[in-house]
Amino acid sequence: MSVFRSIVFTSVLTGLIVGVAVSAVQHFGTTPLILQAETYENAVPAHNHEAATPEAGQEAAAAAPATAEAAPAEEEAWGPADGAERFLYTAAANILTAIGYALVLTGLFSLRSKTIGWREGLLWGLGGFAAVMLAPMLGLPPELPGTPAAPLFDRQVWWIGTVAATAAGLALIAFQRKPWAAVLGIVLIVAPHVIGAPAMPEGETALAPAVLEHRFIVAAVVSSFIFWALLGSISGSLYRRFEASA
Amino acid sequence: MSVQQNASTTVAASGARAGSVVQSAMAVCLGLFVVGFVGFSHVEIVHNAAHDTRHANAFPCH
Repeated sequence: MSVFRSIVFTSVLTGLIVGVAVSAVQHFGTTPLILQAETYENAVPAHNHEAATPEAGQEAAAAAPATAEAAPAEEEAWGPADGAERFLYTAAANILTAIGYALVLTGLFSLRSKTIGWREGLLWGLGGFAAVMLAPMLGLPPELPGTPAAPLFDRQVWWIGTVAATAAGLALIAFQRKPWAAVLGIVLIVAPHVIGAPAMPEGETALAPAVLEHRFIVAAVVSSFIFWALLGSISGSLYRRFEASA
Repeated sequence: MSVQQNASTTVAASGARAGSVVQSAMAVCLGLFVVGFVGFSHVEIVHNAAHDTRHANAFPCH
């Protein structure tokens, strides 16, 4: 299992470094905007996190009379308390996400079985950024809490489909030097946007002002770019070392 | 003798290559599972714990 072990060591180490670094970036970038947006969200009386979806909205409406007097402390599942606890859980989630993506990236390095270093890794990372952030955000931009959106499951399906199609398209363009592959790659990258992302329900507006939403999108894209640039270059550089010593 | 050796080396090498493909594919699947758990789980507690990460990574949320 030496290959698997090299990949896991590379990914865990990369994930720890990238997760901590990106948590610091988010702490000053996206998190303050999320907290600010939550003040608008909390200002709405019978707030429900899922009120944006039609069914949940009806449920919330049905439940509203019973809980109207108990508001604002409605029955919500556990969540980390604001401050240090919330930061730690976010950092842990960032580290896990980074480990997960690093496993995928390093596994793909290994499947390609070409010599890899920080620079090749960085290019892979940019490919990841394009497939996992840029492509899905064209249809489903990063959202602040309190932004109306289509049902969660529909959006998750479109998101996963878009990421898979874009990644396959980029791989065809990068690794197959044939015209048909380039054409197929371009078609795969464009197709999800022709199909279109699930539309947000009509007549609903975001709670946070558009200026805040725009600042959040910029902050999220920049933090994701740093995430992928670090993830690619660090995992490329580490995998080369682990592979050499295996 | 040397032909046999060559042949067995080739078989061993292709076996090792197939093994490494399986191991690499396992790593990719494990990675997808981890990302899926953090970013896509419908369990409320997981959602709340990873909330800010989900928003910042533009995972479909809420």
